Amino acid sequence: MTKHNKVSARKSSALSQFFEGAKDTLPLIVGAIPFGIIFGTLAATAGLSFEATMGMSLFVFAGSSQFVCVSLVSAGTAWPMIVLTTFVVNLRHMLYGATMVPFYKNLNPLWKMVLAFGLTDETFAVAVSRYCQKDEAPDKHYYNLGSMVFMYTNWNLCTFIGLTAGKAFPGISNWGLDFAMPATFIGIVIPYLVSKPMWASVVTAGTVSILAGGLPHKLGLMAAALAGVIMGLVCEKIFHSKKELV
Amino acid sequence: MFGTGIQVNEIYMIAGMALVTFGIRYIMFPISGRFQFPELFERGLKYAPPAVLTAIIVPSVLMPTGDILNLKLSNPYLIGALVACAMGGLFKNLLLTIVVSMIVFLGFQWVFAMG
Repeated sequence: MTKHNKVSARKSSALSQFFEGAKDTLPLIVGAIPFGIIFGTLAATAGLSFEATMGMSLFVFAGSSQFVCVSLVSAGTAWPMIVLTTFVVNLRHMLYGATMVPFYKNLNPLWKMVLAFGLTDETFAVAVSRYCQKDEAPDKHYYNLGSMVFMYTNWNLCTFIGLTAGKAFPGISNWGLDFAMPATFIGIVIPYLVSKPMWASVVTAGTVSILAGGLPHKLGLMAAALAGVIMGLVCEKIFHSKKELV
Repeated sequence: MFGTGIQVNEIYMIAGMALVTFGIRYIMFPISGRFQFPELFERGLKYAPPAVLTAIIVPSVLMPTGDILNLKLSNPYLIGALVACAMGGLFKNLLLTIVVSMIVFLGFQWVFAMG
C-alpha cells in the first residue's frame, strides 16, 4: 500500500508499467495469433504429439525455430540435427541479450533469467524502445515483463487452439496449410532487405539451398545459411571500400 | 519420426531446443564485461535470420514434393510465394502478406485440383 501511495501520482508503478507493456505489445500479438494457430495445426499434421507440441511452446518459446522444427520433423530429421538447426535459427537472439545487458544490470539473477527467457523478436522490439525513453521510471522491467507475459500466454493459447483445430478437422493436412510457413517467413524476411549485402546474402542462401538440397540430414540448410552469411559479409566489405573510393 | 503420445525422442528434442534457445538469450548477462565476441562474428550475426529463413522458403516453394524442381506457373506454392513477396514489398504488413498469399495459394490449388 505504501508503495502504491508513493508512486501512484506518476505512471511508474509496477502494475501500470506491466499493463502498459502488455498494451504496447498488442499490434504484434495480432500478427502472432495466426502464426501460433498455424504452428499448432502443422505440428499435429507433421506427426508431433500433443504433449510435445505444447511442451515446445511452453519451454522453447521461439516461433520461427518451432516452425523450422516442424518442417524438419515432417522430413524425418533426427533430433540432434533439429537442436543444432534451432541453435543456428535462434542465434540472432544473442544480439538482443547483448543489447539488454546495460538495462538489466541492476536486476537480480532470477529477473534476468525470466526476462531472458522471454526475449522474443516481438518483446525485444517493444521493451528496448521503452528502455531507451528518457524518463527515469524505476519499473521498466515490469513493462518488459508485461510484454513477455502477454506474448507467452497468447503463443501457448494459439498453439492449443491450432492443435484442437487439427484434431477437429483430421483432413487438415491436405488443405495445403503448409504454405503458411513459407508465407510467414517471406513476410519476416522482406523487412530485412534494405541493403545490397542483405540482398546478396538472401539470394545466395536461396540458391545454395536448392543446389545443396540433396545433402543428408538437411545439411543443405546449414550450408545455405552459412553461404548467405559469408556472402553478406563479403559484399559489405566490397560496397564499403567502394564507398570509401568515391 | 514420432507417433502418438509423447516419445523419448521428442523429450530429448524439446529439452535440447529449450536449452540452446535459453542459453542464447541468457549467455550475454553472465559473461558481459568479461568477454567480447570477434567483430566479424557480431557483424555476421545479422545476416543469419534472413539467410536461414530464405534457405527454408526456397526449397519448400520450388520443390514442394521434396525432390523435383518445379518452376512451372502451375505450381501453387510458387504463385503464392510470388504474391507474398509482392504484398510484403508493397505493404510491409506481416498479417496482410500471410492472409492474401494464403488465399491466392488455396485458390490456385483448388483450381488445379478441379482441372
